[in-house]
Amino acid sequence: MSKVGAATVLVAIVAALIGPALARSDPAAQDLARRLDGPSATHWFGLDEVGRDIFARVLAGARISLLVGIVVVSISSAVGTLLGSIAGYFGGLIDEAISRIIDILLAFPGLLLVIALVAVLGPSLANVVVALSLIGWVGYARLVRGQVLRAREFEFVQAARALGAGTPRILVRHVIPTALPALTVQATLGMGGAILAEAALSFLGLGVQPPTPSWGTMLNGGRTHLLDAPHLTIFPGLAIAFLVLGFNFLGDGLRDALDPVTRRAG
Amino acid sequence: MLRFLARRLALTIPVLLGVASLVFSLIHLIPGDPAQAMLGESASPQDVAELRARLGLDRPLVEQYGRFLEGALHGDLGRSLRTNQPVATAILERLPATIELAAAAMIVAVAFAIPLGIAAAVWRGTAVDHTASTVSLLGISIPNFWLGPLLAIVFSIELGWLPVSGRGTWAHLVLPAISLGAALAAILARMTRATLLEELREHYVTAARARGASRARAVVRHAFRNSLIPVITLIGLQFGAVLTGAVITETIFAWPGIGRLLIQSIGFRDYPLVQGCILLIAVTYVGMNLLTDLLYGLVDPRIRYE
Repeated sequence: MSKVGAATVLVAIVAALIGPALARSDPAAQDLARRLDGPSATHWFGLDEVGRDIFARVLAGARISLLVGIVVVSISSAVGTLLGSIAGYFGGLIDEAISRIIDILLAFPGLLLVIALVAVLGPSLANVVVALSLIGWVGYARLVRGQVLRAREFEFVQAARALGAGTPRILVRHVIPTALPALTVQATLGMGGAILAEAALSFLGLGVQPPTPSWGTMLNGGRTHLLDAPHLTIFPGLAIAFLVLGFNFLGDGLRDALDPVTRRAG
Repeated sequence: MLRFLARRLALTIPVLLGVASLVFSLIHLIPGDPAQAMLGESASPQDVAELRARLGLDRPLVEQYGRFLEGALHGDLGRSLRTNQPVATAILERLPATIELAAAAMIVAVAFAIPLGIAAAVWRGTAVDHTASTVSLLGISIPNFWLGPLLAIVFSIELGWLPVSGRGTWAHLVLPAISLGAALAAILARMTRATLLEELREHYVTAARARGASRARAVVRHAFRNSLIPVITLIGLQFGAVLTGAVITETIFAWPGIGRLLIQSIGFRDYPLVQGCILLIAVTYVGMNLLTDLLYGLVDPRIRYE
């Protein structure tokens, strides 16, 4: 499963990198006379409501999706790791404060707070990334805090402390590495989550704004043409499902490979 | 039990306060003057000043916060900027539609997931298990904003069996419920498989089999009943995901619930209504989590706070 996932993700990355060379059309070029044309030999995924090549736009959309995923996961995991390790390592008041913030942010279901934040900040790609990162760090912080609480008591950590290593060094060199396997799994699944969230927000009109080709925006554009041009809906959706499934397969596979319990249970 | 109840309730109060504070602060996160943003750039300074006064934005922040909390406690969430209807009334009018949709989605999810999860666990490692796992992962990965339109293309447009949007008869409910319940079904099926596999390894199942219970009886009467506890918990905890999913599903199928109201209010920059919808969904979510925890504590006496 993880191989299928890795292959899927690799295909998406390659498509995003060499997309413009693969597509024979410019994703922004309009051919109004042939708008809503179905898939053909020249336009594999057909044309959209203003006659743009959907294949070229799906490839261009892969860049946006992967970019959002990478930026959100990088910011969230860095902030989450920092705050989670501080909370777990120092305990006391600072742990209380960080844990309460985590509790409050977790009290909002999934996308709701992101929708709320984008609603007030205004719809744009940058605001989607900001909103997803503002919420995204929580999962990583909780995970790392738990791991650090455990690692703090390990003998090699106490030995490092006894040898006079400073707190930042202990955290970076000894404690955080113990959380890396779990973090890797979380980040892989987080990529899928961030891509899905960006697409959902763009679909609702709260994310990437037209004419920028994002898969969610393309799906939103297809809504009014379900009856006469279903290909506007089918191909961008297929791309989202393909990439998210890839990250989920990869995350699941990594979890099984890195977690000794599930590996034993097979 | 009473101590557990009291402690769990006490833990909820700061969370609710935090949720309310965050919802309150939303309006102050608007870049620039919130009143100007709500009325648009072309609004006259006089109109903007009037709106500021009406929303209390001209008062000190602490006073605004106090008024917001007091209002929220009494169910007074202000008035809609567009219709001037009390926010609470607007939300209550839409609430039954969302509850109907969420309940139907959860029924669809449970009806599909439990048999799938049991089949995957019982025939573990076989083609049945692999198929069930793949179907589950597909369910998690396919976004409901794609599944909904796909279902509409097939069942409404091609086959003409079901209406494409709106609310009224049970037929209107089918596609939105499937579209909203699919992801939950996928998560539940995975959980059912995992917990049932764990239970099947327990000695009491071996003992039941040794006493002559058939394989089916050992699974259904013994192991499945015990594996239900985490599954029920998951259903409760996933209620929030269903509510958020409803925002998207209601938009796709023009379902007149809170989710659609929220998205429409965002479009109209009707921020009091946006705040009201967010607050209601978040508080319902916190309430459901509390209820799930309490039920869990009731069902499984091992779970107690020290």
